[in-house]
Amino acid sequence: MSTLIFRTTAPYLASLMVLFSLFVLLRGHNEPGGGFIGGLIAASALAIYGIACGVPSVRRAIYFHPMAISGSGLFLAALSGLVSLFVEQPFLTGQWITLNVLGVPLDLSTVLFFDIGVYLVVVGSITSIALGLEEREHA
Amino acid sequence: MAADSQWLTFLVLFLPFFAAAAAPLLTRSFGHKAAWILAVFPAFIFLHFIGFAAPVANGETISGGYSWIESLDVDFSWYLDGLSLTFALLISGIGTLIVLYSGGYLKGHAQQGRFFSFILMFMGAMQGLVVADSFLTLFVFWELTSIASFLLIGFDHSREAARRAALQALIVTGAGGLSLLAGLLVIAQATGVNSLSALLAEGEGLREAPLYFAALLLVLGGAFTKSAQFPFHFWLPNAMEAPTPVSAYLHSATMVKAGVYLLMRLNPVMGETFAWETILPLFGGTTLIVGTLLGLRQTDLKLMLAYTTVASLGLLVMLTGFGSHLAVEAAVLYLVAHSLFKGALFMVAGCIDHETGTRDLTRLGGIGRAMPITFAAALLAAFSMGGLPPFFGFLAKEEIYAGLATGSFWGVLLTLVAIIGNGLMFAIGFAVGLKPFIGAASDTPKHPHEGPILLWLGPVILATTGLLAALFSSLSHHFVSSPMASAVVGEPVEISISIVPHVGLPLLLSLVTIALGIFVYLTLERGRASMATVLAAIGWGPDRGFDQFVRGVIRISAVVTGIVQNGRLDIYMTVTFIILAAALFVPMIGFGELPSVPAIAALSFHEWAILVIAFIGLGAVVYARDRLTAIVSLGIQGFAVALLFMLFGAADLSFTQFMVETLSVVILALVMTRLRLSPADHRPTGQKLLDFSIASVCGAGLGLLLMRVVEVPFDPTLSTFFAENSRVIAHGRNIVNVIIVDFRGLDTLGEIAVVMIAGLAILALVRVRAGKPGNATKTKTVETGGEA
Repeated sequence: MSTLIFRTTAPYLASLMVLFSLFVLLRGHNEPGGGFIGGLIAASALAIYGIACGVPSVRRAIYFHPMAISGSGLFLAALSGLVSLFVEQPFLTGQWITLNVLGVPLDLSTVLFFDIGVYLVVVGSITSIALGLEEREHA
Repeated sequence: MAADSQWLTFLVLFLPFFAAAAAPLLTRSFGHKAAWILAVFPAFIFLHFIGFAAPVANGETISGGYSWIESLDVDFSWYLDGLSLTFALLISGIGTLIVLYSGGYLKGHAQQGRFFSFILMFMGAMQGLVVADSFLTLFVFWELTSIASFLLIGFDHSREAARRAALQALIVTGAGGLSLLAGLLVIAQATGVNSLSALLAEGEGLREAPLYFAALLLVLGGAFTKSAQFPFHFWLPNAMEAPTPVSAYLHSATMVKAGVYLLMRLNPVMGETFAWETILPLFGGTTLIVGTLLGLRQTDLKLMLAYTTVASLGLLVMLTGFGSHLAVEAAVLYLVAHSLFKGALFMVAGCIDHETGTRDLTRLGGIGRAMPITFAAALLAAFSMGGLPPFFGFLAKEEIYAGLATGSFWGVLLTLVAIIGNGLMFAIGFAVGLKPFIGAASDTPKHPHEGPILLWLGPVILATTGLLAALFSSLSHHFVSSPMASAVVGEPVEISISIVPHVGLPLLLSLVTIALGIFVYLTLERGRASMATVLAAIGWGPDRGFDQFVRGVIRISAVVTGIVQNGRLDIYMTVTFIILAAALFVPMIGFGELPSVPAIAALSFHEWAILVIAFIGLGAVVYARDRLTAIVSLGIQGFAVALLFMLFGAADLSFTQFMVETLSVVILALVMTRLRLSPADHRPTGQKLLDFSIASVCGAGLGLLLMRVVEVPFDPTLSTFFAENSRVIAHGRNIVNVIIVDFRGLDTLGEIAVVMIAGLAILALVRVRAGKPGNATKTKTVETGGEA
């Protein structure tokens, strides 16, 4: 697998894919995309990076253990659902605020954080599996 | 009345649990003296319930509660009449003394705080049980007592015997608890009410319901296991593995009486039927005789008491089921008397054990001089147990004979049973309460001396109460016995028996009993020897049966597991897919729901092209020489399907499908290389044909199902709702994503939790040492590859 071309292009490809996955995640509310698909894209990016450059470099790159990423995602998603309880609405009811950042109106919602949570869970879990398998291949 | 103290009663119900939480901390700071502080909690509860005595004596009932699960119409509610109040007073009153006693008994024990915690927890459970009104409250507290008693019996968990006894008690009473739950559900089904007070108000309804007999058997299953009726009695003597305060509390005065409580509680609505009046006396009478005979065999003070407790419970069940008001009154009196004297005697046995180092009757003698206070308490309690005047036990025994000796055949038989049982209990009572204290001084492991106040306070108070309650019988009847008997009978009754002996049949029968008791006491050694011979001849008992049962269950489950989980992946998959095919085709053909032949729509060129690509992919999978090629070819088919999704406007779906296909191929390829399978397929032709047919049938079935589903007129309610509200309510134009993260957010939360847990599980499987890369790794990964 580790041909020179692949090894050279993989980091660029992977970073582009991660960037794209974030784009897909953020636009998900209005255009095709969202946390699930974004997470899958990011997971493939990391899997490709791992095949090309070895698991240790992926682990260094993402810094946290993939399962920790997954866990924090689940935590974030659950947490975003709790916000609505403070305004006496059922668990997971979406809350919206509009911020004015440098004159541009920016809609923020708990739903977005929920979606980010989904993204993190998917990235973490799939990457964790993929890296686990790749690692044994090189072991 | 009820309203102003409602919150207080609610608090009181939970107070023991708070105390249980505080107990370890208090014990850490104050050592065994924490008992004095902790005893304040049950004492307060006792005083709180005393406040209800006067209104309840006047025939009022106290009830209250809060809504618990509104949608299921379940309340957390309580109901206090004479029956529950008497129990509540016994539990909190004896509980206070037991806490103090535990302070002395377990002084210096490393886990004393934990012990306090458990016993207070149990107290809370038991108290909740007897005042519970709604069925669910009753059941929850019923199970809590089983759990708390498991912890208490197994308190000394480093010993094998204690662990076994705890587990045994949990299994027996837990199984009974399930039976009770089923019984309560049947009752609720038959009458439409779900609380005891409503059931009591219902009156005749339950007795005439067609489900009456089923409900009766199930409820009895709960009551008989909890109250250790033959043949479920074996767990109670084994539970003597627990420290003595536990025996004195759970296995004399409280938990084992829960079954009797239940029977008494249901007597007004379930009693007075042929089944009730046959089953209860039959089992109760048998238990009485078996319990006393087995008790005779023992030399351990606690075990002797345990078997007489079994016997007493039998007597109570027998009286409750006899079906006359007098018998019920007798049961009530005996229950109160028994709680007092048996609690006292157990504590005395504990004192003896604690101060002399043994509780073997044959090694004890002449310790009365060294332990005068304990001796006095023991003697008072033994007098009450023997049914001698002027003690409360005497009143109970007079009433028992007055109630049973009715002249009918059944009455005469049960009177005989009662005389034998009472006579033997008389003997055992004095064997515990008198024999160790008199006679020649024996050589005990420790030099006997009087215990500290914490140890003798409890038995002294309980034994004295047994005397005072009889001396002032009009008072105790007014506040305790009569209201309780009224509640059990279901109409007001007045108990008037006093210590002044009335010449008559009951007195004569009492004299016979006492004569029998004295005879057995004097020939105790010989009786024990002959019982031992008989038991050795029988050889088998329910206790051994329990072990055989447990072993049998384990063996059967091993056999079943061997058949169902044989560890061969190909068989698992074959079975799964055959069942899938059957599930698809049987209903479809059985209900005539096969799809009609659809009109083939004209496909445009690019649609044909995609279809062709998909088929090429499939063909390649089948003809591929090695597995890696097959996996990649499967990906081709998946990509073609994703393209189709795209063409029909499902962008999100198609997007996800692309990613899932990519990742599946990558992960499957990784797994395949990891598993070091032979690259090619070596199945014999027959196997290939079988697999091929199963696969084709499954595929055809799914295809037909989809076609059928599409033929059904589409119900657009949901999609219209989502389309209309996605922008308005959820501020998003991508309906799919809005459904995922907002409308059905809770589903998604569950799904991502599953993704994460599956990931963890797979990670664990992947990490399994190379060398035995099991088949399981492969299946798991395949599943998730598809799921994600």
